[in-house]
Amino acid sequence: MDYVSEFRDKTLIAPLLAELKQTLTRPLRLMEVCGTHTMAIFRHGLRAILPPEIELISGPGCPVCVTASSHIDGFLDVAQRDGVRVAIFGDLFRVPGSQSSLARAQAAGAKVEIVYSPMDALTLAEKHEGEEVVFLAVGFETTMPLVAATILEAGRRKLAHFSVFSAGKIMPPALHALLADRELALDGLLCPGHVSTIIGAEAYEPLVRDYGISCVIAGFEPVDILQAVLLLARQKRDGRAEVENGYARAVAWQGNSRARQVMNEVFAPVDTPWRGLGMIKASGMAIREEFACFDAERKFAVRLPESIEPKGCLCGEILRGRKKPQACPLFKSRCTPMDPVGPCMVSSEGTCAAYYRFGEGR
Amino acid sequence: MKNDTILLDHGSGGLASGELIRDIFLSRLGNPVLGQLEDSAIIETDRGRLAFSTDSYVVDPLFFPGGDIGLLAVHGTINDLAMRGARPLCLSLAMILEEGLPLDDLQRIVASIDNACRESGVPVVTGDTKVVQKGKGDKVFINTSGIGLVDEGLDISARMARPGDAVILSGSMGDHGITILGQRAGISLFGNLRSDTRALHRLVQKLLATVPGGAVHTLRDPTRGGVATSLNEIAAAAGVAIELDEDCIPVTPQVAAACEILGMDPLYLANEGKCLAVVDGTHGAAALAAMHGMPEGRDARIIGRVTESPPGQVVLHTAAGGARIVRSLTGEPLPRIC
Repeated sequence: MDYVSEFRDKTLIAPLLAELKQTLTRPLRLMEVCGTHTMAIFRHGLRAILPPEIELISGPGCPVCVTASSHIDGFLDVAQRDGVRVAIFGDLFRVPGSQSSLARAQAAGAKVEIVYSPMDALTLAEKHEGEEVVFLAVGFETTMPLVAATILEAGRRKLAHFSVFSAGKIMPPALHALLADRELALDGLLCPGHVSTIIGAEAYEPLVRDYGISCVIAGFEPVDILQAVLLLARQKRDGRAEVENGYARAVAWQGNSRARQVMNEVFAPVDTPWRGLGMIKASGMAIREEFACFDAERKFAVRLPESIEPKGCLCGEILRGRKKPQACPLFKSRCTPMDPVGPCMVSSEGTCAAYYRFGEGR
Repeated sequence: MKNDTILLDHGSGGLASGELIRDIFLSRLGNPVLGQLEDSAIIETDRGRLAFSTDSYVVDPLFFPGGDIGLLAVHGTINDLAMRGARPLCLSLAMILEEGLPLDDLQRIVASIDNACRESGVPVVTGDTKVVQKGKGDKVFINTSGIGLVDEGLDISARMARPGDAVILSGSMGDHGITILGQRAGISLFGNLRSDTRALHRLVQKLLATVPGGAVHTLRDPTRGGVATSLNEIAAAAGVAIELDEDCIPVTPQVAAACEILGMDPLYLANEGKCLAVVDGTHGAAALAAMHGMPEGRDARIIGRVTESPPGQVVLHTAAGGARIVRSLTGEPLPRIC
């Protein structure tokens, strides 16, 4: 068992699809919250084999896509200062702010390094003692515990020339903000697998209670995704709305309390802007006062400008599930992965990038 | 945001590279031979048909499991000649060295070039060396050009692919790309991964000797941009569609695992010792058997077929039973965030 191929096995997929067809009592509008789900659905061509009654809507679960342009502008402000070297995850490289991107800043001379772990940024700091190394942190509960651990480690190593610019976000407040929009009329959520490993299945119980929505946590392989869709269809057929864990091999009911503890030790909740969703209360992760010496925003006295969304770009509507990429006048004309206007086109996990790369499907 | 400077994407081998070549180079320098945008140019002379190709090598790190920049520079140009069906004759070697490069490193690279030339039977016959100030280069840049001979009547090019052809890949995808990424990131999770760099001219000659003349329509080595971009180029040049079967595309378990972890798609990763062959469908099995008889093609598979429409489109039938469009690479493949 290699934990991949068996979850892509056609002989397992066929009976799931057959049962799904029998279970559907009416059309279902489901949101896949997580960008990795969006990409997996396209990559495996699942839209082509799902019954036409299932409408999949992509949600706000791509950390790069929901990073407000004001944060990107703040990142650029720091990256362009003398004596600074910034470290980023790869998908942040091409994301446009209101004027430029880190890729363009690098072409103009800024020092931008792509790392695979925030801890790699500490190694960079040790290598470049004469510079301030700043990790530009974008991510949800999945990545932010590791960012927190990196800050704690920087403290242990006494790295005074290392800091973090945090645009980290917490997922549940954004889901509350989305579901409060009754126009969206969702029948269920495919809850994110990676985030759920940290926050646990229990984190979705308030959503069920407050909005009566069915929540199923899904893994990222075709069998995982189809099974989660089937669980949601069964809930609808039976008139139930509850949290079910379809990814039990990775997600525990209580999640990972140690990771949350590290995250909460370093970060405190703060109101923060989400691209397309606006300001959401207590949904951001600010570096706590005790770690101010590792907070790039304070070190460089960054003032975040107001977010200016590109003219004509519908990323906001797309992130809220209100519009599909084809409805955007810029899609595939002014906005392509080569020259993206909005973040949904630039991130490898963005909805528009998925529609562009893999065909528009349904 | 309009591009007004060169970005890394322009060197990715994907759509941005294509746009740069079309808008800046072909718009000024275009002629019927250059405009074909093949791996090497075929020049008709009174004494026969010459293939001519050039390529530059800027890999970081210089040394990696399975090879180094010197091996790439020899194999790459030999392969560009071979992909037009040419028998490579000789190479030029131009090296741009950065001040401060350890002589030991240079000796290792030149020894490697020597080995590659001996093994492939293609010598370096002319060369050039320049040294630039520290900070003005990246240790070593190498350019190699090559000349080869093409048999009369042979016309192997992207525009020759036609409906009914079989698409063959000579071995597993992405070994080179993931090896380099793993080295750059200092990731040692992926076991015995090695670059696949090797010369392919003997494999091509075997193929041409086995199937009837004219049955081999197109050959491409899917380097930067990977198999996906090469197939898109073929589909566009020939005005055909290509259908792939994910189940049939060879990927080693190590590369598959690394791609899962890093969020990469092996269809877009660079290869340095693999060839895509588009062969008349009635000779697909014979072509495959010919490849299997050579060490370079031991793991060859028929991965798909050429169809009529929609012209220019590449479609993948996924292992899960779905289907999706495969486009050219847009931007360097980058590791994802979560």
